[in-house]
Amino acid sequence: MLLQLLLHLLIVLLFPPLLLGVITRTKALFAGRKGPPLLQPYYDLHRLWQKGFVISRTTTWVFRAGPIVGLTVPLLAALLIPFGAIPAPFSFNGDLILFVYLFALARFFTASSALDTGSSFEGMGAAREVTFACLVEPTLLFALIVLVRLSGGFSLNQLLGKHLVTSWQSAGASLLLLVIALFVVLLVENCRIPFDDPNTHLELTMIHEVMVLDHSGPAFAMILYGASLKLLVLGALLVRLLLPWDSGNPGVDALIFMAGMLGIAVTIGVIESVMARLQLVRIPQLLIGTTMISIFALVLVLR
Amino acid sequence: MIFFLSGIAIMAISGLPGLLMSSRDRRGQATAEILALLGTITTLIGLLSSTTLAGETVLRAGWSIPGGELLIRIDAISLIFLFPFLLVFAMSVLFGKDYWPQAQHPENSRKLRLFHGLIAAGMTLVFTAQNGILFLFAWEVMALASFFLITTEDDRQEARRAGFIYLVATHTGTLALFALFALLDLSCGSFSLPAAGTLPASAVTTAIFLLALFGFGLKAGIMPLHIWLPGAHAAAPSHISALLSGIMIKTGIYGLVRITSLFATIPLWWGWVLIILGVITGIFGVAYALAQHDLKRLLAYHSVENIGIITLGLGLALLGRSAGLPELAMLGLAGALLHVVNHALFKSLLFLSAGAVIHTTGTREIDQMGGLIRSHPWTAALFLGGAVAICGLPPFNGFISEWFIYQGSFRALVDQRLTLSLAILVAPVLALIGGLALACFVKVFGIVFLGAPRTPAAAAGHDATWLMRTAMLVLLAACLSIGLLPWLFAPLLEAATLAWAPLSGSGAITASMTSLVWIGILGTTLILFSGLLSWWLHRRSQQADTEQSTWGCGYLWPTNRMQYTASSFAAPLVKLFRFGLWSQEHGGKTYGLFPSRSSFTSHTPDSILDRLLLPLLHVLAIAATWLRTWLQNGVTSLYLLYVVLTLFALLLLSGR
Repeated sequence: MLLQLLLHLLIVLLFPPLLLGVITRTKALFAGRKGPPLLQPYYDLHRLWQKGFVISRTTTWVFRAGPIVGLTVPLLAALLIPFGAIPAPFSFNGDLILFVYLFALARFFTASSALDTGSSFEGMGAAREVTFACLVEPTLLFALIVLVRLSGGFSLNQLLGKHLVTSWQSAGASLLLLVIALFVVLLVENCRIPFDDPNTHLELTMIHEVMVLDHSGPAFAMILYGASLKLLVLGALLVRLLLPWDSGNPGVDALIFMAGMLGIAVTIGVIESVMARLQLVRIPQLLIGTTMISIFALVLVLR
Repeated sequence: MIFFLSGIAIMAISGLPGLLMSSRDRRGQATAEILALLGTITTLIGLLSSTTLAGETVLRAGWSIPGGELLIRIDAISLIFLFPFLLVFAMSVLFGKDYWPQAQHPENSRKLRLFHGLIAAGMTLVFTAQNGILFLFAWEVMALASFFLITTEDDRQEARRAGFIYLVATHTGTLALFALFALLDLSCGSFSLPAAGTLPASAVTTAIFLLALFGFGLKAGIMPLHIWLPGAHAAAPSHISALLSGIMIKTGIYGLVRITSLFATIPLWWGWVLIILGVITGIFGVAYALAQHDLKRLLAYHSVENIGIITLGLGLALLGRSAGLPELAMLGLAGALLHVVNHALFKSLLFLSAGAVIHTTGTREIDQMGGLIRSHPWTAALFLGGAVAICGLPPFNGFISEWFIYQGSFRALVDQRLTLSLAILVAPVLALIGGLALACFVKVFGIVFLGAPRTPAAAAGHDATWLMRTAMLVLLAACLSIGLLPWLFAPLLEAATLAWAPLSGSGAITASMTSLVWIGILGTTLILFSGLLSWWLHRRSQQADTEQSTWGCGYLWPTNRMQYTASSFAAPLVKLFRFGLWSQEHGGKTYGLFPSRSSFTSHTPDSILDRLLLPLLHVLAIAATWLRTWLQNGVTSLYLLYVVLTLFALLLLSGR
């Protein structure tokens, strides 16, 4: 029990930046380059941590609240979600709602912090972020609802419990649709191609990156670390759905989970290499389509 | 009970002494305020001393009006509505002292304070009266007082128009309530309300429910009956809007809760009707809010949205009662009732802080503001608290009530009957409403308080006075305390659900105690950890270079008017909802290689009121005028014929 808790915390604190490194490396390999070292994100964080700040004179304390909430929220959310077979440290009935709403809280402050700079460029990013979130949140809820129906429990630990192995046999089609829907949620929420491109800053089509354009130094480090944590936390949902087995040994469980996460990181890297960004007007259509997929998954388990 | 009654009386007369003094005399204002606060405290003492959670206090006395009886009963349901009411009323009085001083508004301040006290007395009675006649009496006092409050500034055409629409709407509702209580009298033999869960199903049960839905729905603002709400809340002075939006529209919800508690059995379709209405009200309420750029109209549409959320909870509770799922009923009702309390707190906080901003900038137009956080640091922080709370985000109170409703919908989901498990659709709808509300409040907070001032008026201005700040701080503290210590409020909610219906063998609320404690702990952790981080970041940023301007992509002469506006921020979502909003846009086109000055305006009128009802009524008015000129044509012999015909008809009717 204590070992599981320790492993959970270690994964939360140390593992996330590696995912970013793996994605970058995969993209580099696809492009025929060698790419930066896998641990590059850790060096980046360290470098940013020691740098000074530049803060626009238009901004106020709200500007600094964005990175702070953006880091606190994924940290708390990581304590609510099981990592593979390692159960979440905090678990109670209805924690899934808190899980979803915590991310909304982070979005509120990130978008407000963007508006605090007074730049219409960042205003654009904030407007897009909150718009797409409106279309993503129902999808996430539908996915969780399907899991509630299948497991009969009301906490994330129960939702992602051992029953998943049998559920794949009884409601495999529905779970497959869920995996697709959740993968889209993962891509949108983490600003990945084809919805957003984390590498370009100065394009009128940017969403997330443009919102954090004016952050610098440790505040930007917080944002980067928070973003990688978010990737881990939302990816954990997917990994557990795809690898629902329980080995009984916490160490092996942790390894399975991390392997799954790395697999997801590679998949994201592959997608980013082979796909182009979508036209901005197509994104809402695709998101509504994803919601339809998740509704269909619900219909399959309700019938 | 004597305290309670004298409290009502003191509130009712609080504005009277001022009438006898000169219109510029400050003593009149002071007397009114002291009496109003005294009345509030007396009422509160009366409540605390005589009422326990489980029991109920009853006062019964004769009344000379036929069918009337002075029957006042305070149970847990009344308490849930009365506690936030007393708090919001007291804060609105405090805020009003500096917001609407007698010296600055000699022409209408006395009127305002007279009806401010009267509406408070009326609402207290509405929440406790158990006799139909007494209820209607209190209801009318409240309705008329609020009419005069909405038309406080009756020199402005906008206020007069909003007031008349409200007057027509509220009396249409009252008409339905007359019929409702007559039918209740018919089926249980008295105008006094029967005990909860005792009214047997009969031919008129459905009629009673539908009349209640119409009459109370009009007051609550359930779509499409919300027509009076946005205009009225925008036209009233802000501290009155806080009271109207926070509490008065909840009297409609109270009526629905009370009337539905009477029935012994509840058909399944009642719950579904409420859920469908709740979905429409919630989604379109917030969509309309997104399209607004008048600060108070926007907040008013958010009240419509929140009424939708409350209706969803109530619908789940009704489903639970008719399907025999006590857990569903309890969680749904607890969510609805707690959301009543929460919305009262954060919406009045938002209206008060909006008032503080409007007071100093002199405009309600969001796009004329900007950067107010520098001149209004307190108001900005308080508004931010209210905004986070109304979006239903942790660690504030809005999250707790929505959490209850989610929990209820999950209970419906795991049931095997499809007619019930479909109620899970409430959950994604709530998520959508939450997402849209978040977009809207990021827009309001960002455009009003953040960035740089768009006009000189926005750059000047000063923060709210300390009294106004105190009033808002108290409301924010109440929001935060429900968010961080939610388990303390569970016993009251449980008592209220049990007073609503005899739900035996269910401890759904007691069972969720552990979860509530966890939510409280995690919320506190969130605040503490963020506080720690910001303290550290603040220290690190001491030597930061703060003299740089925002990165403008290399453009050297940006002006403050180039910032993103409220309309542009909401444009993507408004476009998604264009099928229901039908926004009007004018201009925005530029011509030529070197375009000259151009302008763009967008406007979203209320579809039901401005596009459907008013044109329809216009046609009706023309028809009525035509009918009158035809009937009333000045020929005496024809008038005599009317008299004869009427007499004849009456004879026929009585002879049968």
